[in-house]
Amino acid sequence: MSDTPRLELVGITKTYPGVVANNDVSLKIMPGEIHALLGENGAGKSTLVKFIYGVQKADSGTMSWEGNEITVANPNAARRLGIGMVFQHFSLFDAMTVEENIALGISPELAKGDLAGRIREVSAQYGLPLDPGRYVHTLSVGERQRIEVVRCLLQDPQLLIMDEPTSVLTPQEVDELFKTLRRLSEEDVSILYISHKLEEIKALCHAATIMRMGEVVAHCTPANETARSMAEMMMGDSLVSPERGDRTVGGAVKLELRNLSTASTHQHGTDLDGINLQVRAGEIVGIAGIAGNGQRELMEVLSGEVLVSDADAIRIDDKPVGRLGPIDRRVIGTGLVPEERLGHGAVPDMSLWENGLLSAATRMHMVRNGFIQVGVATKYAEDVVERFRVKTPGVTHTASSLSGGNLQKFIIGREIMQDPGVIVALQPTWGVDAGSAASIRQELIDLAAGGAAVLVVSQDLEELFEISDRIAVICEGRLSTAKPSETMTVEQIGLLMAGVSEEEAAHAH
Amino acid sequence: MLIRMEQRPEPSKSMVYVSPLIAVVLTILTAMVMFEIMGVDPVRAIVTFFIEPISSLNGFAELCVKATPLVLIGVGLSFGFQANVWNIGAEGQLTIGALAGGGLALAFYNDEFALLLPLMLIAGVAGGMAWAAIPALLKTRFNTNEILTSLMLTYVALLVLSYLVHGPWKDPDGQNFPESRLFNAAAMLPVLIEETRLNVGWLLALLVVAAGWVLMARHIIGFQIKVIGMAPMAASFAGYKEKRLVWLTLLISGGCAGLAGTIELSGAIGQIVPVISPGYGFTAIIVVFLGRLHPLGVLLAGLLMALTYLGGDSAQITMNLPNAVTGVFQGMLLFFLLASDVLIKYRFRLGAPSVAKEAGE
Repeated sequence: MSDTPRLELVGITKTYPGVVANNDVSLKIMPGEIHALLGENGAGKSTLVKFIYGVQKADSGTMSWEGNEITVANPNAARRLGIGMVFQHFSLFDAMTVEENIALGISPELAKGDLAGRIREVSAQYGLPLDPGRYVHTLSVGERQRIEVVRCLLQDPQLLIMDEPTSVLTPQEVDELFKTLRRLSEEDVSILYISHKLEEIKALCHAATIMRMGEVVAHCTPANETARSMAEMMMGDSLVSPERGDRTVGGAVKLELRNLSTASTHQHGTDLDGINLQVRAGEIVGIAGIAGNGQRELMEVLSGEVLVSDADAIRIDDKPVGRLGPIDRRVIGTGLVPEERLGHGAVPDMSLWENGLLSAATRMHMVRNGFIQVGVATKYAEDVVERFRVKTPGVTHTASSLSGGNLQKFIIGREIMQDPGVIVALQPTWGVDAGSAASIRQELIDLAAGGAAVLVVSQDLEELFEISDRIAVICEGRLSTAKPSETMTVEQIGLLMAGVSEEEAAHAH
Repeated sequence: MLIRMEQRPEPSKSMVYVSPLIAVVLTILTAMVMFEIMGVDPVRAIVTFFIEPISSLNGFAELCVKATPLVLIGVGLSFGFQANVWNIGAEGQLTIGALAGGGLALAFYNDEFALLLPLMLIAGVAGGMAWAAIPALLKTRFNTNEILTSLMLTYVALLVLSYLVHGPWKDPDGQNFPESRLFNAAAMLPVLIEETRLNVGWLLALLVVAAGWVLMARHIIGFQIKVIGMAPMAASFAGYKEKRLVWLTLLISGGCAGLAGTIELSGAIGQIVPVISPGYGFTAIIVVFLGRLHPLGVLLAGLLMALTYLGGDSAQITMNLPNAVTGVFQGMLLFFLLASDVLIKYRFRLGAPSVAKEAGE
């Protein structure tokens, strides 16, 4: 290793109207180093990466590559320099083959000749099995990510930027990816690894830069830290873990799915296939799974946005509800928290009290003779804001003016304060800062303690283990048997997520 | 120093109301340049256009008469536009509504009874709704685009009108002019101010404005319409039925247009003629956007648009300007409004952007 940093940023500042996204940020990455960039949502990680990759200009600050000061005008210039990036959201064409997709994303000179051969070569070399002739829509999410990685590797990068690469992978796939990344590091390729998963960073990264509110707040060596100490650096506050407390599980069955099957209403969606599940009063059941395995479809039929043909397939309080729409389901006490906050769970350009009205209108008696009782709706929103400590100047402000964590607290609060007997939450802490996430989990636990049945669908295994009494795994629209979480291991769940049968997964120890 | 545009952190609320005013000022300034080029005294032209028509009581009455259909249709359309249901065929719904109401007047041309007028107004609403029901059915059943279907149906409606006044409904004593009999007195809306054409239709328009305002601001139906327009997924999450709202908004706008058509016949014209509306159904679209999709805004914008019609007439008469000037005015107004609306989300800043060098080389 030489002493010249591969990449050095000094004093990067970038302001958006009203926000300082990066303030005097400096960063140094050595050749062959796996460097973690750690921070909560909105800490300024994406802004910094966009600057490095030439997507965005900074207001001030300098960037040096191998000791020479440079300016990267656009992503093409970044690629010519030797910077490759794997985005969190892939840009792939479903109806094209792996080879065609890769050819589209690289320079024409590179795409010439025996591209398929070189794809095979690179994928074999780095343990990334990939068939150039396969169509993308037939591939799993993990395989799709490999396309993006291979696309970068074909360009001989000196610096590889990976944005939250493991959020779509099973634990086993994560291990495979880490092997590849370590291999690249040995070959002197630097890696900038963006994540908020602390255990992964501990396992993989040589150094970490921690950002908070647009500033670098700490540098550390992850191996010498604990996940907790890094989380606290990230938050700037001590972390309170949710208290499980004592709950009496084993009450009446509140929510029951009986051989629930339904065709997806989405293109390339996943059909639900014979799902059976019981959630009892006072119980939290977690559903794990990789995105796109039927979670969205499950949420739609549970919320009533999509009706199932067999009313008896979904039962609440021992009554068939499969043919009831969302309003009727709320009336009988179902709370619903969809994955997308803005646009699904809330109307971005409407005020908080109007967003309260959105789901609480009937159950909280906010409408009389068709007319909106603005006073009642306003009071309700104010109560939610107060009890759930939502940071906002007032309930007349729009939902979009709230941070992700605060809006999620409002949405969850809006459902919980309707005193639901059953609550279904999809990715309740996705993209939420650690402090809000902890308080949201606590609220769900408290709700269950109060006798509600709670169903949480999440990709975050740590979260599921933290709050669930039982865990099931959804894969290709089928749900595994829900088992007590203390009897399950991460490895077993990983195998179930990858579609291995329950018997085989049970033998893995 | 460069002027650059940057996004505002939150959309500006005041700009929502200031932008139409900017558009009006820019339209007037541009029109003055246009008049100058045409060799007409710009100040005099503007006075003739905007001041003269309303300088008398009769002028003011005419303003309200012209604004009545624009406001009625505008309020109706604003519901659909808020829900992203684009009814472009109000002109056709106006025509069919007018034929339904007017047909009733012709059927009873010999009988003067008090209920005739209310029945005509109801028939007008029903006619407009029926015509709007066609795109509603096609959209909810076959997912067809209501912009196309409602617009195309306008031309069908105009041909129906043309057939009727040239054929079966032509006045037998009318020396073969393509016009119907004159309506009897019981079929005419009462006049509000003697010696003018200002009639009860204007009051009905004001009533619709008030009702529309209450419905939009305080009723759950108005709330559902807004939610479905702003965030369709959130509407589905809340359990609002999209098809029902498509039907509802199309029927409301069709009904309002049909009412406007009947009022136009029984208030201003008094018989069925080959051209009932000088494009009110289309002009109302500009009115809706100028009025910010809000019933009160629609009222003000409707009056302003009515003024351009009157101004066009008086400019033709006193200054010999071509009638096309009216269309130019209306077009410019919409053009400048859409341009000024950029200011709701963006603002101008002075200052040079950071200099970007080509990288890597």
